[in-house]
Amino acid sequence: MPEAAYNYAYLDEQTKRMIRRAILKAVAVPGYQVPFGGREMPLPYGWGTGGIQVTAAVIGRNDTLKVIDQGADDTTNAVSIRSFFAKVADVATTTSTEEATIIQTRHRVPETPLRDGQILVFQVPIPEPLRMLEPREIETRLLHALTEYGVMQVSLYENIARHGRIAKTYNYPVMVNGRYIMSPSPIPKFDNPKLDRSPALQLYGAGREKRIYAVPPYTPVKSLDFDDHPFEIERWDECCALCGSRESFLDEMIVDDAGKRMYICSDTDWCGRRQ
Amino acid sequence: MSEAPLLSVQALTKRFGARVACRDVAFELWPGEVLGIVGESGSGKTTLLNCVAGRHAPEVGAVTYESAAYGLVDVHRLSEARRRLLGRTEWGFINQDARDGLRMTVSAGANIGERLMAVGARHYGDIRGTAQEWLQRVEIETDRLDDRPTTWSGGMRQRLQIARNLVSKPRLVLMDEPTGGLDVSVQARILDLLRGLVDTLQLSAVLVTHDLGVARLLTHRLMVMQGGRVVEEGLTDQVLDDPQHAYTQMLVASVLPV
Repeated sequence: MPEAAYNYAYLDEQTKRMIRRAILKAVAVPGYQVPFGGREMPLPYGWGTGGIQVTAAVIGRNDTLKVIDQGADDTTNAVSIRSFFAKVADVATTTSTEEATIIQTRHRVPETPLRDGQILVFQVPIPEPLRMLEPREIETRLLHALTEYGVMQVSLYENIARHGRIAKTYNYPVMVNGRYIMSPSPIPKFDNPKLDRSPALQLYGAGREKRIYAVPPYTPVKSLDFDDHPFEIERWDECCALCGSRESFLDEMIVDDAGKRMYICSDTDWCGRRQ
Repeated sequence: MSEAPLLSVQALTKRFGARVACRDVAFELWPGEVLGIVGESGSGKTTLLNCVAGRHAPEVGAVTYESAAYGLVDVHRLSEARRRLLGRTEWGFINQDARDGLRMTVSAGANIGERLMAVGARHYGDIRGTAQEWLQRVEIETDRLDDRPTTWSGGMRQRLQIARNLVSKPRLVLMDEPTGGLDVSVQARILDLLRGLVDTLQLSAVLVTHDLGVARLLTHRLMVMQGGRVVEEGLTDQVLDDPQHAYTQMLVASVLPV
């Protein structure tokens, strides 16, 4: 049972309605950042306050929640958010991607393909993809409103000029539904193709910046690139040392003082299932 | 010259509170013409230029422009989207301080390529090639293409700003003291460059300056402003050699002889 001192799913009903309204608007305008009245949550900014508020607004007793941090179900952040909702929302939790109805994630999209009816909740540190190029909020909003995205392409040009290729590997900007440029949160660009026409609903919550945006199911999501420098994802020569996977995102681990390396899947659920 | 003016300013008045910066200014700019606006600091030259560019909205008067894409347009009645689009396709704006007109944190190539990318260029090699070509045209060594302008001298920055503006082949270029703050030998090279480009590209331009020498070299026609009013206008040589208004006579007389 939920703790008596708190409302169901921690936030009060008015707050949840306000967040749901923001989510509905975000779903109606894919990729558009909707401001919302972000609340103080019992964890620090940068730990997923945006994601946790979105999850709290959409969760119900029949849901099954999975929380991952960098692909893993067993890291501190993932474990504490999972137990938080088990306590305040009285929901079943799981580590299985297939069984989950809501997956809150930081920095990864699960390897297992998502299906209809699932909700993927992203934790977002900086929702504005143009922020590093244009510090003024008024100006970035105007650029979005007028679809003036030359400056985003300038940053990719600069990347190629300096590194010989588009060296950006995470938080790689995408064009949603041919209209808004969106930050996919700091997921590796390896995961970008999974956002495109995904059957699952994608919700993005930024707690510190108080923005919510969304990609509805089956919405086209295109990673920006140049004709002669097309978008590419990371590849590894190695395979996962635990499950032998060649198609998943691999983490490099240093295993001794001599610098010996080992590559393993970042998605622990996927890796465990294959062993 | 064709029959219709490219740019026409009608009875333009701009106030900042009780202060009047421009009072009842009117002029026309014809295709291929360079119009100079001279006057001392505070005479309303830059405000006038900003009104023409659509950056300030005047209280009274209108600015009409004969656009290649949209026909005759009232600059201040255009939607913001379209005005900004005009600003980066058919128009150029050269600031006195190159830092205001450049992106200092990205390379020269990216600076020149921005306008191309803003209107949909998506081929890196082509954009880079065009940037290289323009760097050559403004007389900067092409091996500086990947340098950031922060490491460059004032004169080089100004030339880069010119390239960044002209890459979209604008029809109208607004220049606010393009050679202000540069030493004289650098000024001379920029003036030479501008004169050549205006000629080969058949640009129309409005040039704001307080330097009569610059006006003499670059402009065909001259407007003299004092306290927000136009006190005299005519062909450049005529105004400078035979000034009629007392203020113009004073201006011409105050040029230091070498």
